[in-house]
Amino acid sequence: MEWMVWTQPTAIFFSVIAALLLGMSAWEWVSPSVERRGFLPLATTRGDRLFIGLLSAAYIHLAVVGFTNISIWFALGAAVLWTLVLMRWG
Amino acid sequence: MNKVPNNRAWFLILPMLLLVAFSAIIPLMTVVNYSVQDVFDANTRFFTGTEWFEVMLNDPALQAALLRQFAFSFTILAIEVPLGIGIALLMPKRGWQASAVLILITLPLLIPWNVVGSIWQLFTRGDIGLMGVGIRELGYAYNITRNPTDAWVTIILMDVWHWTPLIALLCYSGLRSIPDAYYQAARIDRASQWAVFRYIQLPKLTNVLVIGVLLRFMHSFMIYAEPFVLTGGGPGSSTTFLSQSLTTMAIGQQDLGPSAAFSLIYFLVILLVCWVFYTAIMNSQKDKATERGS
Amino acid sequence: MSRSAPTTPDSVRQHAEKLAAKRRQRGRSAFSRWRRRVLLGFYLVCVILPIYWLLNLSFQTNSEILGSFSLWPQNFTFDNYMGIFTDANWYMGYVNSLAYVLMNMLISITVALPAAYAFSRFKFIGDKHLFFWLLTNLMAPPAVFLLPYFQLYYSVGLFDTHIAVALAHCLFNIPLAVWILEGFMSSVPKEVDETAFIDGYSFPRFFVTIFLPMIRSGIGVTLFFLFMFSWVELLLSRTLTATNAQPIASIMTRTSTASGIDWGTLAAAAVLTIIPGIVVVYFVRNHIAKGFALGRT
Repeated sequence: MEWMVWTQPTAIFFSVIAALLLGMSAWEWVSPSVERRGFLPLATTRGDRLFIGLLSAAYIHLAVVGFTNISIWFALGAAVLWTLVLMRWG
Repeated sequence: MNKVPNNRAWFLILPMLLLVAFSAIIPLMTVVNYSVQDVFDANTRFFTGTEWFEVMLNDPALQAALLRQFAFSFTILAIEVPLGIGIALLMPKRGWQASAVLILITLPLLIPWNVVGSIWQLFTRGDIGLMGVGIRELGYAYNITRNPTDAWVTIILMDVWHWTPLIALLCYSGLRSIPDAYYQAARIDRASQWAVFRYIQLPKLTNVLVIGVLLRFMHSFMIYAEPFVLTGGGPGSSTTFLSQSLTTMAIGQQDLGPSAAFSLIYFLVILLVCWVFYTAIMNSQKDKATERGS
Repeated sequence: MSRSAPTTPDSVRQHAEKLAAKRRQRGRSAFSRWRRRVLLGFYLVCVILPIYWLLNLSFQTNSEILGSFSLWPQNFTFDNYMGIFTDANWYMGYVNSLAYVLMNMLISITVALPAAYAFSRFKFIGDKHLFFWLLTNLMAPPAVFLLPYFQLYYSVGLFDTHIAVALAHCLFNIPLAVWILEGFMSSVPKEVDETAFIDGYSFPRFFVTIFLPMIRSGIGVTLFFLFMFSWVELLLSRTLTATNAQPIASIMTRTSTASGIDWGTLAAAAVLTIIPGIVVVYFVRNHIAKGFALGRT
């Protein structure tokens, strides 16, 4: 494990991702998701929307880190907000 | 096909999942860990946060490599897809000729990638290569180590030689699945060859073409060994593509942090394109299924 | 129309017109057939030409290659090949490559068969996302994983072994195998499974004795693809090996030395890397077309 050079932030990051996946599976188990159409131009399930949210969150972070001087925490906040919007109305 | 909901199917997936996870997830996690640190060895490392990402996103050499990569990928797609369709239309449908042509066409796909580079190096060299000497005889000072244009054209030619067979074979298999009755109906209607292509063959090809374009796009993004052997990325950095920049940085210079950050950016680009294509394939199949159902 | 000879002038004219039309059509189709052959022939010549040139150089000595330009070998020689076959450093490269390719084929197909069956027959939580994740691995550039792989296999003590390369190639080969096999399995009607279960077959017995024989050609094509992608890969196999399991592709870089490049040996070694591919493609030539569409046509 030593060679994987873990740090606290990355460990937290992967724990959150793992928790999200487990949570989504459990949610799916309790009440299966129905495919529906929101403001996105295609029909999506809950899992699809989470994936789109995570992918766009990654791009939001890259854009903020790479091309602006805004703190990364604002990017995180915006990404979380956007993912929530996507999950609810996407 | 109507699939049965059954969560015990996970047990069938499990062995595969463990193996792929071993070779995909553990390395990916490591890459993420590298990307936020300045690593000298396992014990000497410093947390750098998002610095590497910032550096990499603003590195002009990498931006140039990325643009070059897109230019390359779209050029070869624009050549290989029409050419592949054309060849598929020309291929004989049955008999021993069909097998022979199939084997000949598949040949370039089965050659190790660096050997493809070597073959083209031997073929295009100005002193010993058939093509190199031939072009010089025609009076053009062809030189892939000096002239960037020559190097570009040669690399594109090599890629077309190497990968058009994939598109051709995909289309060929699509064409073979068209029932003869369709062609007979077209003959009775005295449809022109173009009409047959446009209304019978092309619709059947869209499905395989999406797969073909997806595979070609992704593979062209990974292209490494062929240009590395043929031109070494030169002259200058005119044929240095993403994979080669990355490999030079990671292996050659041992810059773990920056190359990991770069890997992740690279991977996100791939992920986005891959997802768009995948969604397109799945939706087209779904449309077809509903059409058939109604 | 009756087969008897035409009697009225009108019908004679019609008959003649029809014959002429038929002749025209035949003429046109003969012309288009020849045009097709010529175009296809031209393409095939373009495909073969670089390979021919390689073959040509491999039968020449270095002094002939560099000294004179000839379209075919003037002094036909097998020296380059003899050099490879008598030097253990050289021919072990082929053995190493074949060893890890075969291991990879075995591992990949074993775990991919049940997984593909699950994807083609059942709906389960996360199935679509799992499938997509598999495909992303197929698309992942090996360059991204290069360093962690090196570290990973080094730390578990597998560095410079065949199994390390075989496992590393699983990254893209297992997803590929699942993708192709799923297409072939989906074309087998589900009634087959149901009938077998009603007849009292257990799942493993049904899978091995009934289902696998039904998708024989699909398995053959999948093995072909596994071979192909493992055989042609360079970056990972080169990084994960040093001397004991070095693939032929990385041994070939030895031909370029300080005193120049040994063109003849390079060409001969390259020719030898093409041969296994020809052998493999010969076996699956009748099913390959369907395989290239991943069983989905």
